Amino acid sequence: MSFRRFWAIARKEALQLRRDPRSLLLAFVLPFLLVLVFGSAISLDVRDIPFGVLDRDRTPASRELVEAFQASGYFTLRARVESPGEVDHLLARGRVRLVMVIPPGHASDLASGRVAAVQLLVDGGDANTATIAINYADAIVAGVNRRILATRAVAAPLGFEARVWYNEALESARMIVPGLVAVIMAIITAMLTALAIAREWERGTMEQLAATPVHRLEVVAGKLLPYIGIGIIDVTVAVVVGMVVFDVPLRGSVFLLAAMSLLFLIGMLSFGLLLSAALKSQMLATQVAIMTTYLPTLLLSGFIFSIASMPFALQVVSTLIPARFFIVITRGIFLKGIGLGILWPQALGMLAFTVISFGMATRAFRKEIDG
Amino acid sequence: MSSAVAVEVEGLVRVFGKVEAIGGLGFEVSPGELFGVVGPDGAGKTTLLRVLAGVLRPSAGDARLFGTSVARDPEGVKATLAYMSQRFGLYTDLTVAENIRFYADLYGVPWSDRPARLERLYAFSGLGPFQGRLAGALSGGMRQKLSLSCALIHQPRLLLLDEPTFGVDPISRRDLWLIIHEMVAAGTTVIASTSYLDEAERCDRVLLLHEGRRLGLDTPAALQRQLDGRVFAVEGPDMVALRRVLGAAPGVRTVARYGRTLHVTTEPSGAEAVAALAGSTGSGASTIRPVPPSLEDVFVTLMTGAASG
Amino acid sequence: MADAVVADRLRKAFGDFVAVDDLSFSVGTGEVFGFLGPNGAGKTTAIRMLTGLLPPTGGTAVVAGLDVARDPFGVRRRIGYMSQLFSLYGDLTVSENLEFFGGLYQVPRDQFRARRDWVIESADLAAVVGQLTGTLPLGLKQRLALGCALLHQPAVLFLDEPTSGVDPLSRRAFWDLIYELAAAGTTVLVSTHYMEEAEYCDRLILMHRGKLVALDTAIGLRARMSRPLLAVVTDQAPQVVQALADADGVGEVTMFGRSVHAVVPDISRGRAAVVERLTRAGLGWSTIEPIEPSLEDVFIGLVREGETGGP
Repeated sequence: MSFRRFWAIARKEALQLRRDPRSLLLAFVLPFLLVLVFGSAISLDVRDIPFGVLDRDRTPASRELVEAFQASGYFTLRARVESPGEVDHLLARGRVRLVMVIPPGHASDLASGRVAAVQLLVDGGDANTATIAINYADAIVAGVNRRILATRAVAAPLGFEARVWYNEALESARMIVPGLVAVIMAIITAMLTALAIAREWERGTMEQLAATPVHRLEVVAGKLLPYIGIGIIDVTVAVVVGMVVFDVPLRGSVFLLAAMSLLFLIGMLSFGLLLSAALKSQMLATQVAIMTTYLPTLLLSGFIFSIASMPFALQVVSTLIPARFFIVITRGIFLKGIGLGILWPQALGMLAFTVISFGMATRAFRKEIDG
Repeated sequence: MSSAVAVEVEGLVRVFGKVEAIGGLGFEVSPGELFGVVGPDGAGKTTLLRVLAGVLRPSAGDARLFGTSVARDPEGVKATLAYMSQRFGLYTDLTVAENIRFYADLYGVPWSDRPARLERLYAFSGLGPFQGRLAGALSGGMRQKLSLSCALIHQPRLLLLDEPTFGVDPISRRDLWLIIHEMVAAGTTVIASTSYLDEAERCDRVLLLHEGRRLGLDTPAALQRQLDGRVFAVEGPDMVALRRVLGAAPGVRTVARYGRTLHVTTEPSGAEAVAALAGSTGSGASTIRPVPPSLEDVFVTLMTGAASG
Repeated sequence: MADAVVADRLRKAFGDFVAVDDLSFSVGTGEVFGFLGPNGAGKTTAIRMLTGLLPPTGGTAVVAGLDVARDPFGVRRRIGYMSQLFSLYGDLTVSENLEFFGGLYQVPRDQFRARRDWVIESADLAAVVGQLTGTLPLGLKQRLALGCALLHQPAVLFLDEPTSGVDPLSRRAFWDLIYELAAAGTTVLVSTHYMEEAEYCDRLILMHRGKLVALDTAIGLRARMSRPLLAVVTDQAPQVVQALADADGVGEVTMFGRSVHAVVPDISRGRAAVVERLTRAGLGWSTIEPIEPSLEDVFIGLVREGETGGP
């Protein structure tokens, strides 16, 4: 081993690195950004859990209970409903994670020393949040109880019964698998197509193709099709495995799931093509695809970390991530058995994303060497 | 007008950042002509062909292919032309037959016409037995023949070939030119670029390109005629000394050594000076004989002429 | 002085495939020696054996006094290798590239300065020393690549396709450099498939399918083209080629634009045969004249002879 040669190589490499802006960006800026952004997103703390109330008592005592939850900082009151029928709807929509049902006679029960039972209906789709919510509720109720006991001696004044909906056993598989389908699809699809156009530019075949009368739309759509086929197979396999191996129930419409999956696939694949067409470099396209799909989808889509607990800025950013909508849809169809009637906002969001994605991919693809 | 001209280039300019790859080119190509674009790497050949093929926009000026402007309507004429890029532009992971079929589909070649055309193409390219072979497994010469086949499947009116024989062995090179000549004989207009000056001599007319500008444009014969009587091969026992003598001799334009021979070009007036050297004993030259001027001689003469103004 | 390169029945087989077969030749010190042949002829394999990169399967080769099979590292230290131009780093300056290769070849520090200056001066790179190599025109890159291969003062220099695509003036300047080196005692071996490049060599080996087809000077090779060549200038070249292809009294026929070259046993009989054939086929021509064969004609003739076992 020659030190001279070793040093010559190290020195050359350093010189080249210094002159390579992309590598430098990757090495310095990226980690910094990642720590900043995702540090704020990754929080196992759960706060501001949106909840709803069906207060059939409407007494100062019942209002006091709601106040206690609100003031704790763990819960945020999002909706008040008037009838039991609406409770269903509220949970199905996903606007709230739990609904507190206060039966009529709550105040009189408390006053007369009977156990005043309150029902908490918890959305088990996000098992993590559900468990934590129940624990918080427990703590809050205990606190309220202590206050009541301080003023008068009554046995266990306030009790609550937690009923978990959609995922009674709080099995994490049921929470994870539907979301996992979305996340895996998001990651794989964009990376697949990120190579598709850039590869042809780099190999020199695109130059040849550009000299033919082929239309941009024909190229983009033609490149998408086989990947859509692959994506459909992948989704089907994932769903079947989820149902058979992990026992995840499919309570909603298979057709709706298929249609939404197709929409999602086309959108993500188009996004990959957009990167490929705009960047014309396989390496760059893959890197950007990872940065814009893999990490955000994993961390900001609500797959594991609850969006509601994130800083507002990140919550806004998460609306740009199509997987966010798709996860709501998959969880809704699998666990809640709901349909377009409730999921239409998410479906619309995905439709918008897909249309814009495809349109931009077609526009970004130019039959010209820019030199 | 346009009917008598296949390609018209006018004031064509293309810059990349600060570099001017083509600076104000203008020329015409007649239908059925075999037109050569000749020059070393960096001369602008690829840039010119890319602009004509509509895959690179001109920075200024225009080119009209059968009347259609490349600057305004690059897609307009693509159906009737074929472009063969310098780099192998076909799919190495598709077979010979799959590649040809892909291009036939792209150009909308009618199914009924394909068998006859394919037969002809396979016959003169010799690719028949290799239809099922992946393009990546073909030798350099065969790849170029495949590229040419894909270019010809839709019977274009104009063929743009960027260094079609670069790196190809001499035998395959001859085969390729045979195919090209047959196309020209059948009426196809061909614009081919090359840095091999000996190949340029096969063309009807050649455009000599250097650093994006035109050095000369004429038939090879006419260009070479300019140097008639001005090119000599000189041999002698002491090459170094002989070189020095010749280099200093008045009227000598260039001296280049090729192995054991010195290749000399003279100014129009210098021919006598060199002939006189043959007579004098002090020169050290054992033989001096005139040789037919090559295109390289023309190129070098024009380059040095241009440099000295 | 001993020959700089001696190959004796050199052979390389990859399994059943014989890439180089029975190659024997010797190159004198200071000679410019060419390996000519199409891609796949075995030139690259032969060069790899001579540069100590590939062990021979049979035969021996001695380069710069060392046996390539027994001391490949030693051989590599004594030779310079210039590949097809792009082992240079485009994102390093000229000076940095020279530094790097100086280090790679372990040129002793005290000598490096002097060597570097010599390279810059001979290759005329003074004006671009601080420029990024990727921005240089091809002719300069080529001279820099040569310079990098010369920093350690090799006894034998191997050039692989050194001047493809370079403009004629730069090519001549490059070869002037080579001739200077040769005059100073460096032996130069050039590998090329480009016939025109071969003209620069003192002697040439023609290779085809791993075998040595001919070994001679360029002039000698041309003289070998024992039979004369007629050039038929015609507007109907493709048809003329076809008509003459199997004509009696006419050998190998090839087309060069409007000129068809035909190998004939002798000029007058050949001309008569051509005229007769063309008249019979109703084809026209403007002239039929004897011409000197180019190296390409020679090469193809020799190859065909080799294949068919006769002219």
